[in-house]
Amino acid sequence: MPEGKLCNKQTVDTKELLSALLNDKSGKQYYEEMNHLDVDSKALWGLIQKSCKSRLRTWLEICAHCGMCADSCFYYLANNRDPRQVPSYKIQSTLGELIRRKGNVDNAFMQMCMDTAYSKCSCCTRCGLYCPFGIDMGIMFGYLRGLLFSQGFTPWEMKIGTGMHRIYRAQMDVTTEDWVETCEWMVEEYEDDWPKLTIPIDEKNADIMYTVNAREPKHYPDDLAEAAVLFHIAGEKWTVPSEGWEETSLAMFAGDWAACKMQVEHVYAAMDRLKPKRMVVTECGHAYRATVIEGPYWAGLKSGQPPVESIHYVEWVAEALRTGKLKIDPAKKIKEPVTYQDSCNYIRNAGLGDIAREIMSYIAEDFREMSPCREHNFCCGGGGGLNGIGRYRQQRNIGLQVKRDQILATGAKMVIAPCHNCWDAIRDMEEIYHIGIKWSFLKPLLLNMVIVPDDLKPKEE
Amino acid sequence: MYEFVRGPLALIAFLIFFVGMIYRTIKYIRGLDWQADRVAYTAHFSYGLKGALRSILYWLIPYGTHSWRYYKVFTLIFFTFHVGLLITPIFLLGHNILLKESWGFSLPTLPEAVADTLTVLVIIAGIFMILRRIALPEVRIITTAYDYLILAIALAPFVTGFLAYHQAPTYNFWLIAHILAGEIMLVAIPFTKLSHFILFFLTRAQLGMDYGIKRGGMKGKGLAW
Ligand code: HEM
Ligand code: SF4
Ligand code: SF4
Ligand code: SF4
Repeated sequence: MPEGKLCNKQTVDTKELLSALLNDKSGKQYYEEMNHLDVDSKALWGLIQKSCKSRLRTWLEICAHCGMCADSCFYYLANNRDPRQVPSYKIQSTLGELIRRKGNVDNAFMQMCMDTAYSKCSCCTRCGLYCPFGIDMGIMFGYLRGLLFSQGFTPWEMKIGTGMHRIYRAQMDVTTEDWVETCEWMVEEYEDDWPKLTIPIDEKNADIMYTVNAREPKHYPDDLAEAAVLFHIAGEKWTVPSEGWEETSLAMFAGDWAACKMQVEHVYAAMDRLKPKRMVVTECGHAYRATVIEGPYWAGLKSGQPPVESIHYVEWVAEALRTGKLKIDPAKKIKEPVTYQDSCNYIRNAGLGDIAREIMSYIAEDFREMSPCREHNFCCGGGGGLNGIGRYRQQRNIGLQVKRDQILATGAKMVIAPCHNCWDAIRDMEEIYHIGIKWSFLKPLLLNMVIVPDDLKPKEE
Repeated sequence: MYEFVRGPLALIAFLIFFVGMIYRTIKYIRGLDWQADRVAYTAHFSYGLKGALRSILYWLIPYGTHSWRYYKVFTLIFFTFHVGLLITPIFLLGHNILLKESWGFSLPTLPEAVADTLTVLVIIAGIFMILRRIALPEVRIITTAYDYLILAIALAPFVTGFLAYHQAPTYNFWLIAHILAGEIMLVAIPFTKLSHFILFFLTRAQLGMDYGIKRGGMKGKGLAW
């Protein structure tokens, strides 16, 4: 059987196919079919020749095999320094070998590549900072995932994710109606406490167009309400688009570059339509990276910038606190020791390390840095889509130990994690290792601390 | 024999070296692709340049980066090896006498004792690099025969030069071996991993531009390498 019904080289572009995949519990049939999937070596080699250019080729060629990247990788550290977890080894034995064999590889090799690219690398790009040549295995594994995707070797959940983006322009099946209804519902829920609260939809020329992670409307609608309340207190002129509100990109994790392009163009179209001054992205790391940092390249924007200036939620928070739009009640600052999870996606890969520290200086009395931190932080352990992939649960849980030990070493009681993936990873870490730690996004913390102007408070009866 | 290896053969070796390195440089730069690499190289060139220079300079300084500081011993070996590798041949008295004879100019030269010490240090550092490849599991797993060959090509001019300089009984043999070893190294540079001699600067510049333009360089103070 060259091509499976569920596991094949086709992209998922119809609801029928998507629901067939979803009905295959845990991807049982999908992975069974994968065992029989043919490798189209000619197409694979053609794609490599077209897309593997001097940057990647030179990295693969001049790697001095010096091993300086070894300790930079949290998987290597978490797995008792297993030499098979050395970043250089991982990439040379997969992408390097694939190119040496000119794409003439078999099914088992492709599955090994898939297992390595997803369960031994979270694409955190930390190793690139430790290699004297700046060889970045995170980038190369991202590229490898794209090659694997083109041949149908993609974890079940990632294949579903790409289908979601292709069909719903969101990582989950949240339609425009669902989204708009959720916005309206949240206003109804919160307006007793916050008179005049609104979530303006499709307002043109607003100062801020706010965009989210589909998990928020789907599973945590209160996050959306909290964002609305904070914008309300800060007196922002803001809006959400009815279409193009989703920032995340499971397609990026899966290497489905065509779907990546469709997804970000949907957001950029909302910018063109509504002409906001700026866009603010919710507390999500990979979403920001996908739409603001990488997205312009997928969409072919030569400036490398999205159509309007786009900032991460932490940048908005820092600015609001700095300019006094949001004021913290000093008595309510966080007293217990807290630490901050530097998300690879917006700290290492977007330079917001100082912004995070600035926020902590306003809201925390006893802020403790992890070591290492900022651009040199370790991945939480759940990055690169790993949190969502059942097949690699065990490997993910082992990887979490590095972050666990880092957190414990700070003595903090709470981790502030303004990134959905990091937040999930730390929640799961607590579930597995019981280290007695709390974790939180910024929004609920800020809501407890801000001074609410009298005119915004509900009238006393 | 001597006349041949130091005359025409040397000329050919230098020619291959220079043409090869220029070719590799051009090929690398032309193969960069703003969209595939996802770095707007030309749109924000000044940020890119700043990022590139920072990325190169910090890595040229011993203990200048987190990584160099993390691997304290290896960094020492590494810099000893490379400083000797680069400085000794260029500023060696003997080489500069030849240079003057052939081309009519010469560079400042090192005292003989310093050059001799550097040579020994390169050889010792090279031996450490070999032992390290055997001893450390994380280096052993990625080491190939090719890595040893490269080390041998780089060390050979130093070993043979050292023997010739100290007038080993078969001086003439070692002298010719030394010249040949040097020529082999020159020719090998463009064709092997030794091309990192120039590609180091190019790959570092590339990642520096990536960080300088896209990954935060336009917002923060620049990456703390
Ligand atoms: C400034 C430029 C250079 C940089 C940053 C650089 C960097 C490196 C690195 C990172 C290694 C790996 C060390 C190891 O073996 O564990 C290395 C090895 C080596 N380098 Fe360089 N290098 C430079 C210039 C040169 C030059 C000019 C030569 C001479 C031809 C050279 C010859 C070698 C040799 C022979 C090795 C050991 C073989 C190997 O491991 O691949 N390098 N270099
Ligand atoms: S640090 Fe760089 S050159 Fe050294 S083994 Fe790792 S990838 Fe290769
Ligand atoms: S990108 Fe991160 S997870 Fe992947 S090999 Fe490098 S350090 Fe390890
Ligand atoms: S989940 Fe967070 S820490 Fe992990 S890779 Fe993503 S951004 Fe980095």
